[in-house]
Amino acid sequence: MRGLWDHPHRPRWEPGGGGLCLHSIVVHHDNPHRLLVAISSAGVYRTDDGGKTWESANQGIYAEQGPDTMPEFGQCVHRAALDPVEGDRVFLQGHWRTYRSDDFGGTWTDITSSLPSTFGFPVVTHPRQSGHAYVIPLQSDEHRWTVDAKCRVFRTSDSGQSWEPLTAGLPQEGAYVTVLRDAFAGDGLDPAGLYFGTRSGEVYGSADEGETWQLLASRLPSVLSVRAAAVV
Amino acid sequence: MRVTVVVPRALRRFADGESRVELTLPVTGEATVEAVLAALAERHPGVRDRTVDERGEVRRHVNVFVEDESIRHADGLATPVRHGTEITILPAVSGGAD
Repeated sequence: MRGLWDHPHRPRWEPGGGGLCLHSIVVHHDNPHRLLVAISSAGVYRTDDGGKTWESANQGIYAEQGPDTMPEFGQCVHRAALDPVEGDRVFLQGHWRTYRSDDFGGTWTDITSSLPSTFGFPVVTHPRQSGHAYVIPLQSDEHRWTVDAKCRVFRTSDSGQSWEPLTAGLPQEGAYVTVLRDAFAGDGLDPAGLYFGTRSGEVYGSADEGETWQLLASRLPSVLSVRAAAVV
Repeated sequence: MRVTVVVPRALRRFADGESRVELTLPVTGEATVEAVLAALAERHPGVRDRTVDERGEVRRHVNVFVEDESIRHADGLATPVRHGTEITILPAVSGGAD
């Protein structure tokens, strides 16, 4: 991946709070030479030749860390996730908005409008259903806890045009919890299971695609990463 | 020479609510970001103190731009400014645990 390592933009990439971190790798369904990566806070980069050359792919992604709010690169992007069916459709949770791309990062459409905030870390896509994705919005960049102190997962079934809160079994009062980008995962089963962990040491899970949730563990250290595997 | 300092939302309460502070420096030709921050401190010391630390260095989670260029990628506080330059202070995205 020298093409990315030696990219002319690289000296100007700034670290996010977790360091300068390449956290998401998305591989196109039909073309393994087509990849998209997300770096905090360099933005999204794309290759069509298996990693030899890379171009920034941040058109439409808003940024507040510089005077230019639509720069070519430098956006703080928090997580990217591929649609399970449409190979060119990617969901992205950024530092200042939530997005969808229908052309594998060529352009991004803001899909934040019916979410309760613009800030959050993870995004997870459904294992089989196109246009279905899940996010966990936080109050703001400054106040990094679940919006209005209610622990809610938001689900879209129409590629981000609308979002519905999923709350059954999740605390809806006094829940000042933070969920980081790697702390939300699906298990790929049918129906899809979903699991997330909090910085305050709880893990919640749903075996019915987010309709109902259960507290699976508590009093853990800060949960940085959650991964789910199906044992058959 | 006159320059403009753009103050981020979080620091506006230290600038009497202003988002843009116009400063006149008693020089002609060229000055530095450091001189601009010194002039800013005379009017709004709270903004300057939250931009640079007690050693006079830009705080870790703050970025200062001369026009669109971060001074970290230029000459730091010695980065030159000219008449009409816009200097922007912004919190860095590295400020939180992301």
